[in-house]
Amino acid sequence: MDFKKSGLILLLIVLAGAVLMAGCTGTQSTGDAVATPAVTQTAEETPAVSEDKVLLIATTTSLDATGLLAELEKEFEEKTGTDVQITAVGTGAALELGANGDVDLLMVHDRLREDAFLKEGSATDRRVFAYNYFDIVGPESDPAGIKGMSPEDALVTIMEKGKTDANVKFVSRGDGSGTHGKEKALWKSAGYDYAENEPVWVKEDWYVEAGTGMGATLTMADEMNAYSLSDIGTFLKYSGDETISLVELVNEGDSLINIYGAMIISPEKYPETNVELSKEWINFLTSDGVQEEIQVFGVKEYGQPLFFPAKDAIAILSPSGVTQDEISAVIA
Amino acid sequence: MDYITQGLSQAFILIATLNPEVVDITLRTLSITFTATLIASIISVPLGLYISFNNFFGKKTIISLIQTLYALPTVVVGLLMYMLLSNKGPLGIFGLLFTPSGMIIGQTVLIIPIITGLTIAALSNLDPGIRDTARSLGATVSQFFLSMLKEARFAILAAVVMGFSRAISEVGAAIMIGGNIRGQTRILTTTITLETGQGNFSLSIALGIILLLIALIVNMIVSYFQQR
Repeated sequence: MDFKKSGLILLLIVLAGAVLMAGCTGTQSTGDAVATPAVTQTAEETPAVSEDKVLLIATTTSLDATGLLAELEKEFEEKTGTDVQITAVGTGAALELGANGDVDLLMVHDRLREDAFLKEGSATDRRVFAYNYFDIVGPESDPAGIKGMSPEDALVTIMEKGKTDANVKFVSRGDGSGTHGKEKALWKSAGYDYAENEPVWVKEDWYVEAGTGMGATLTMADEMNAYSLSDIGTFLKYSGDETISLVELVNEGDSLINIYGAMIISPEKYPETNVELSKEWINFLTSDGVQEEIQVFGVKEYGQPLFFPAKDAIAILSPSGVTQDEISAVIA
Repeated sequence: MDYITQGLSQAFILIATLNPEVVDITLRTLSITFTATLIASIISVPLGLYISFNNFFGKKTIISLIQTLYALPTVVVGLLMYMLLSNKGPLGIFGLLFTPSGMIIGQTVLIIPIITGLTIAALSNLDPGIRDTARSLGATVSQFFLSMLKEARFAILAAVVMGFSRAISEVGAAIMIGGNIRGQTRILTTTITLETGQGNFSLSIALGIILLLIALIVNMIVSYFQQR
């Protein structure tokens, strides 16, 4: 009896130890757990998809969080009998995955860094498939009074008031994402060098650097009654679902445009890249059918589109350096 | 392959030159985890003593429950704390979400079961003769507890260290409660998560080495005491 009991306790402790270890590793992999359910589902539906039928995509979080990508993925898989596997990370992390050849294709939104990435030969065949706008969002009370300002003026006002008023705070993504890149660009056009000022700002109470995804940054800003820069898609989703009570305060100005591009990881650098399927996916994105789908996506739930199709939008996109070929040329 | 060696060598440079950011993150991590371990120990060790030396209805169930909570997932603690501390939650007025204090509370909750359970285990392993001797010598209640504590001190110290180890190595609750704010709630594990995502492997490796070093130093201190 005694022996049984101690054996049981030992077993429990061993189990507890094992679970503890599993717990530790388990929490660390929560990041990709988000992306895997979809993958396992499709794996179950389509048994044993051969390797050349698997497409690995690293995407910015906003395309994933809004649900647009899940819809397109389903459609593409049904049409082609392939298995699309998507990992949603910030643009910075996506570019890193691409630079290491860990994926076949990137879907990101940071023109400056994309240009550098293409130039160094890490990727080819960029196509622009959608765009929308960034917003400066904040509490309805608008303690800094930025409503209707230009984005640059708004940021400078938040900074100046934030230094003296404890109620004025700005939450930055701070994770090297495309949105973070846009914030840096806005500071630059407002006359502040980000790399120089950021270490100073971080020490001040008004500038909060979150180092997380868009959704988590928005909930943090909501908790703190703070301002933030958000892509409109994620913002509409979160406010439409009443997860947050922040409102759009600044959404005018060409400098807030947010352009989504897709590109193929260079097969010359990484021979394992699934070029054929990548081409098919990008041509699918720029096809008329999908462009029309992008136009109406989310209108029913949120009362306005989350994304605009790039098709026929050359006049809006060309100031940012987008060419007609990038919008409509089919990849052969 | 070379990016691994590159990362390693840069990591050593970061540590050797006492890079201010690395030092800052390390000190913050230590202060949060030490505080949490201290609070948890102050609660857990007396609780373990009480449960161990008293017979009451449902004692076995309580012990089983505590042992089950060894496996309390850190993300569940994070989720619970987030809901409690959020502005929409019951404790929202204290404004503890996204603060180091909030993280301390989360880590404390996480390790109380481990320290309590292992304290009970440590005391149950004592030779029953010691208890009887203490009682027959007419020890008062407090003298009795103190002598038991003294007898089991190494095993209890090991329980506390186990709690510390779990708190310092977890990332789920830390990100959910602390929010990974630079200069405020960014600690070793959350920085590794963020920087690896951005491809800054050298900083991640440096912080990983520091985490392992902390574990090593803590264990060396414990074995030093045990061998005295």
